[in-house]
Amino acid sequence: MSAAPLLEVEALDVAFPGRGRLTHAVRGVSFALGRERLGIVGESGSGKSTTGRAILGLVPWPGMVSAKRLTLGGIDLMALRPHEWLGIRGRRISMVMQDPKYSLNPVVKIGEQIMETYRLHRRGSRREARRRALDMLDAVRIRDPDLVFHRYPHQLSGGMGQRAMIAMMLIAEPDLLIADEPTSALDVTVQNHVLGILDELVAERGMGLIFISHNLTIVSSFCDRVLVMYGGRIVEECAASGLAAARHPYTRALIAAAPSIDRPKAELTTITRDPAWLQ
Amino acid sequence: MIEVAALSVTFHVGHVAVRAVREVSFAVTEGETFGIVGESGSGKSTVLRAIAGLLPTPRDSVRIAGRAVGARRTRSERRLLQFVFQDPYASLHPRQTVDQILNEPLAIHKIAGAGALVGRALADVGLGPEHRFRYPHQLSGGQRQRVAIARALILDPRILLLDEPTSALDVSIQAEILNLIARLRRAHRLTSILVSHDLAVVAHLCDRIAIMQEGSLVELLDVERLRRGEAREAYTRELLRASRGYSRAQAPA
Ligand SMILES: Nc1ncnc2c1ncn2[C@@H]1O[C@H](COP(=O)(O)OP(=O)(O)O)[C@@H](O)[C@H]1O
Ligand SMILES: Nc1ncnc2c1ncn2[C@@H]1O[C@H](COP(=O)(O)OP(=O)(O)O)[C@@H](O)[C@H]1O
Ligand SMILES: [Mg+2]
Ligand SMILES: [Mg+2]
Repeated sequence: MSAAPLLEVEALDVAFPGRGRLTHAVRGVSFALGRERLGIVGESGSGKSTTGRAILGLVPWPGMVSAKRLTLGGIDLMALRPHEWLGIRGRRISMVMQDPKYSLNPVVKIGEQIMETYRLHRRGSRREARRRALDMLDAVRIRDPDLVFHRYPHQLSGGMGQRAMIAMMLIAEPDLLIADEPTSALDVTVQNHVLGILDELVAERGMGLIFISHNLTIVSSFCDRVLVMYGGRIVEECAASGLAAARHPYTRALIAAAPSIDRPKAELTTITRDPAWLQ
Repeated sequence: MIEVAALSVTFHVGHVAVRAVREVSFAVTEGETFGIVGESGSGKSTVLRAIAGLLPTPRDSVRIAGRAVGARRTRSERRLLQFVFQDPYASLHPRQTVDQILNEPLAIHKIAGAGALVGRALADVGLGPEHRFRYPHQLSGGQRQRVAIARALILDPRILLLDEPTSALDVSIQAEILNLIARLRRAHRLTSILVSHDLAVVAHLCDRIAIMQEGSLVELLDVERLRRGEAREAYTRELLRASRGYSRAQAPA
């Protein structure tokens, strides 16, 4: 890892007002990211997606975002004007969303969308863009790239849509990719192929990756480092390989609650939540 | 208790014939929890639906307690077998309270003493009187799945079919539901089939596991052999390896 981190996040807070009270989705989150695979794990509602969206300046109204520091390679993301975001979003930071339905344009064919993204950020000829788009579809293990190229998003299965979206997010070769549950809709065997593609991009192009997932097995085997979120906070940070030796009681409970192929358990541990975890 | 013999199911979609299940055979003994694992589209749900008599199947390809499914069944035969689905939100009527949801099967089967039975069924799945008059949207995902299980068990069936019962739930809630299923199958002496795409979930609850791929049952093995990696078929070994997590060595070139 180089000295200056790619991304720095300090004291990030996100709150949603509603029905006379505030939902604090993200509370005082701080971390730095290099050219590495950083995992964010936690149960639904713990603030993982909101953290990812805040980095991209995509927290929906009426969400309120504040941070002491939010920088990408020295650029202050909190100070960006809307037109300045155009040079960052999709080009330097991409995000693979949990649900491809919300990220793919329903009325444009898959191939056109990927080509458009390429030409927007890389400015090649249509022919070049077409070739790169087909290569990308092939790289994400779409069996028949030519066929999928001419399909509309609704004509693809969930797993196929997810892969098409990953192809679109990667074609601009961003510096930072935020992947929000990118493999949850995929079968395990396909999952590992997609992880292999992401892995290669980190290793060969020096891309930074934030990998959001609720799956501890995947995160501990795929990432370098892991942040564990609970109630909008980071309750633990550790090396992915050291997750089994995690210290925070919530992390330990999460691990104990998951059934394991290799270590049979008579009964699964259930989680007794301690209000102190939210302090 | 359940015998499936050379079961095949083909769906016709326009001019295309989808062979969803191909010559699948297995037997589940009384009191056993049998597991079926496979990736999406491998035919797991179709096998369960055939067993439940929800699909037209050739005579004698499915037998329950010695009797062929497919022939018209009496009310008491239908009562013998109950189903729990992945998405409790979709399988519970949104405009019915928990109380109405649990009363319905009792009314259909004209069972007396419904009030007390509903209270007991709720307690059985760890819900209290405070949940009884709520609507599904006023419950958490785990609580809704508890209601679906209570509804399945209220007729005191002998067979419980579980189709991805925890796939939509967080790991901590999954743990509670899997523990609940383990306790109830003992208490009610149930014979059950658990279908999941998650090998760890199936290995946790089942002694014998069928691996399905593209409609076929590729291997049937007991959980100890699976844990020791003693699978005969390459596909089973691939599934097992992938389920243990990502490994750089197996990544595509
Ligand atoms: N647009 C929104 N409006 C109101 N509340 C929201 C919105 N998005 C997220 N939240 C709330 O913020 C919290 C964190 O959500 P999220 O970041 O989606 O969690 P995760 O991705 O870990 O499941 C939850 O309580 C959620 O209900
Ligand atoms: N009602 C149906 N009509 C047409 N095809 C169906 C129907 N139900 C299932 N299929 C097809 O049968 C195959 C097996 O489906 P299913 O049993 O749902 O698999 P699984 O539960 O393992 O994901 C799939 O190719 C699916 O598309
Ligand atoms: Mg999320
Ligand atoms: Mg299914």
